[in-house]
Amino acid sequence: MTVVDDAVQQCRDLLDLLPAEALARAQERHPRVAGFAVFPVYAPVEIIHAAGLMPLGLFGVGNKLEITNADSRFQSFICSIAKSTLELFLRNEMKGFTGAVFSSICDVARNLASVAGRNAPGMYLEYLHLPQSSPTEACREFTRSEFRRFRDNLGARTGRPITDDAVARSLGLYNRVRALTRQLYQERRHRPGVLSAAELFTVAQACTRLMPEDAIPLLEDLAASLPMRKPVSRDCVRVVIEGSFCEQPPIELIEAIEAAGCHVVDDDLVVGWRLFRHDVPAGPDPVAALADAYVADSCYTSVRFNAAQPRTTGLLRRAKDAGADAVVFAAAKFCEPALLDYVLFRKALDEQGVPHLKIEFEEKMWTFDRLRTEVETFTESMLFE
Amino acid sequence: MTTGTKAPPVSATVSAPAKPSASAARDYRGVVHDLSKTVMTDWMNQLQAAVHDGTPTAYLMISGNCVEILRCFDILPVFPEINALQLAIRKKALPYILKAEEIGYASDNCAYVKADMGYTLSGGVGEEGTMPKPRLIVCNFVGCNVYIKWFEQCAAMMDVPLTMIDIPFVRENQPSPDDVRYVMAQLRTLIEDCEKLTGRKFDIDRLREILAYSARAEEGWALAKSLCRARPSPFDCYFDSINMMGPINALRGTKAAADFFDGAVAHYQKMVDEGVGALDEEKFRIVVEGPPPYPYYRNFRNLFEKWKAVAVQSTYSTVGGTWEFGFRHDPERPLESIAEQMLMHNLCNRTMTERYAQIRAYVERWHADALVIHSVKSCRLFSAGQGDMREYFTKELGVPTLMVESDLEDPRYYAEAQMKNRIDAFFESLEYKRIREGAPQPAGSQP
Ligand code: SF4
Ligand code: SF4
Repeated sequence: MTVVDDAVQQCRDLLDLLPAEALARAQERHPRVAGFAVFPVYAPVEIIHAAGLMPLGLFGVGNKLEITNADSRFQSFICSIAKSTLELFLRNEMKGFTGAVFSSICDVARNLASVAGRNAPGMYLEYLHLPQSSPTEACREFTRSEFRRFRDNLGARTGRPITDDAVARSLGLYNRVRALTRQLYQERRHRPGVLSAAELFTVAQACTRLMPEDAIPLLEDLAASLPMRKPVSRDCVRVVIEGSFCEQPPIELIEAIEAAGCHVVDDDLVVGWRLFRHDVPAGPDPVAALADAYVADSCYTSVRFNAAQPRTTGLLRRAKDAGADAVVFAAAKFCEPALLDYVLFRKALDEQGVPHLKIEFEEKMWTFDRLRTEVETFTESMLFE
Repeated sequence: MTTGTKAPPVSATVSAPAKPSASAARDYRGVVHDLSKTVMTDWMNQLQAAVHDGTPTAYLMISGNCVEILRCFDILPVFPEINALQLAIRKKALPYILKAEEIGYASDNCAYVKADMGYTLSGGVGEEGTMPKPRLIVCNFVGCNVYIKWFEQCAAMMDVPLTMIDIPFVRENQPSPDDVRYVMAQLRTLIEDCEKLTGRKFDIDRLREILAYSARAEEGWALAKSLCRARPSPFDCYFDSINMMGPINALRGTKAAADFFDGAVAHYQKMVDEGVGALDEEKFRIVVEGPPPYPYYRNFRNLFEKWKAVAVQSTYSTVGGTWEFGFRHDPERPLESIAEQMLMHNLCNRTMTERYAQIRAYVERWHADALVIHSVKSCRLFSAGQGDMREYFTKELGVPTLMVESDLEDPRYYAEAQMKNRIDAFFESLEYKRIREGAPQPAGSQP
């Protein structure tokens, strides 16, 4: 096995675990660290880490757990991540976690935070209001105060005030994780096939289940080994995947997209954990620096309004920068923010003559043949037109 | 984050003599409905006129809105939610929903958005249509994230400037001073935008006058709703609330709306004094959660009337404001009180568990026998997690609870036979329970 194969395999193994099992795995190296779950899309993980906790991405449970209780609480027309996340809480599968944080991404996540809290009385659940406004001074002030509130509440909960020094240290670690992830994305963009989309997705998601101290060497090894790896070369359409910012598609879906003739050159998978476009300078007030970066240096997502950075412009630029020929819009079934955004995305792409294809997924999806055929028809129409 | 389910205080209490009477019961819907129709028609006529006469107009959302600021500049408010509601209730929504789906909306998106966008794209808004094209789009993001997308899309498709007012969700017991400051800063930006649009200077005394009318209407709302604590209840606080929701949400801040509530309260008070109820017999008192199925409003209502069930409270009626729990706009603190209302005193910007507390207060203080949850596919703000709500009320509080599903806009999701079966079975079991427990017949019912 090469270094890359080995690292990807480690990541794949991590993703096969339930959150509490992934936490237990981390505790082998970091004894006694408690977990703190982060529901998508974004939360200031640095503050959690600085509290001596392990921030862990809470992306539902895929098909690792049968949903037996949560579907009586959340109706049939609600996205899978909400149900599978609640299932974890209802089944007391969040052992070892001090709490979890949700944010103002959509109506479902908001109600989920409340319902999960009611059903897990011992857990500390926090809800962040991430601003839906342009980067004005008022917005910046509000976001700073919101991040400070989170810091103070978390410090009060653990009984250890969170110092600026600790946040600055954590920020340094996460800056490194994000920079290395950006590097992998960059590498893939320039040499598509050197790292498949499924592989990169696996790594990016696994990093949400690793302490940053452990993610860094893994990513460094990967980054160092990639230049030696020979890209798989095929006739492919270069595509951007858009719409998978919250609930994550099954890995087989990404594999099917690739097998159907696509080189994925950029995507918004696990985007909340790699949101910032640049390193965040800690400065004298690292919490304020983080808030400012959220306001002014994060990439666009479907869960944030920012008049200074319309999402349609963001997607067109993402496609252009990646040299993409097309966009595959992959949304979680019933995901209101993604499905509503498709309307303006589609309009903008049509106006610019960028071909696009829309597909929907859910966690429990198990057959990908029809989807693969759909993508194949799409790519063939582009390759042989 | 607050998860308490402690019931909030109720602002006004009116006890009523339970005196069954056959008089005037038939008229109840007529009088207040007509009063409401008069003021609402007047506003609609202004909207119609504004299509051509150049009156400045602005889009606004219902939930926790700041209509008073627009009114202060004589900007005519236009509510696309009311447009969607009217399309549905007149059974005209489906073609527009389909039209919206043609341009990319998913079958699972909120159908209020789809109906309104379909209508707009079919020429319903602007010179050729019935609704004026807005000159400004004001997105009061109070709870519902769909609001943001909806108005962004309106702004993009009609090329109209958008002012976003980001209202932090209530995540502690109270909004923090920083939350209030943030909202007030945005209200000031809105004021500047209104000044630019109209060329007029902001007049805070005018805003105070407007807010005094708001407070009067809010007082009337609270009084009317507290009258439903009487047995029998003078009006159905779910189905008939729609008569009060137009004036309180769209026309708040006008003398006409304040007068409307004076008239409505006087009428309902008289009914209570005479012991006249919404139905000629009141057998069951229910609280209803969730928006109604507007395309089948009448049918749905009949399914409850048949069982002589009257809604004594409803959560849907409080999307704009929870006035029955005491909040009033304050002319002495104009912008602060507008900010506080947007942040705190409406259903949409509060957690599910706070909604449970609201319903619990309704059940206990309005003396309800049961809770009915109408779960709508379109509106996840309301519906996501209602299964847990049912669990809480049945298992933890022992309140009989019925949950039915359809939609507030899309007629394709209403299955009459199934709906009827569920509702009949529920009331049959309530009736059986009552007989078994030998409970006395409720006041107002026939022997
Ligand atoms: S998948 Fe979409 S609808 Fe579901 S919680 Fe995430 S953002 Fe909300
Ligand atoms: S989701 Fe509900 S509150 Fe939001 S726009 Fe749709 S119907 Fe209105």
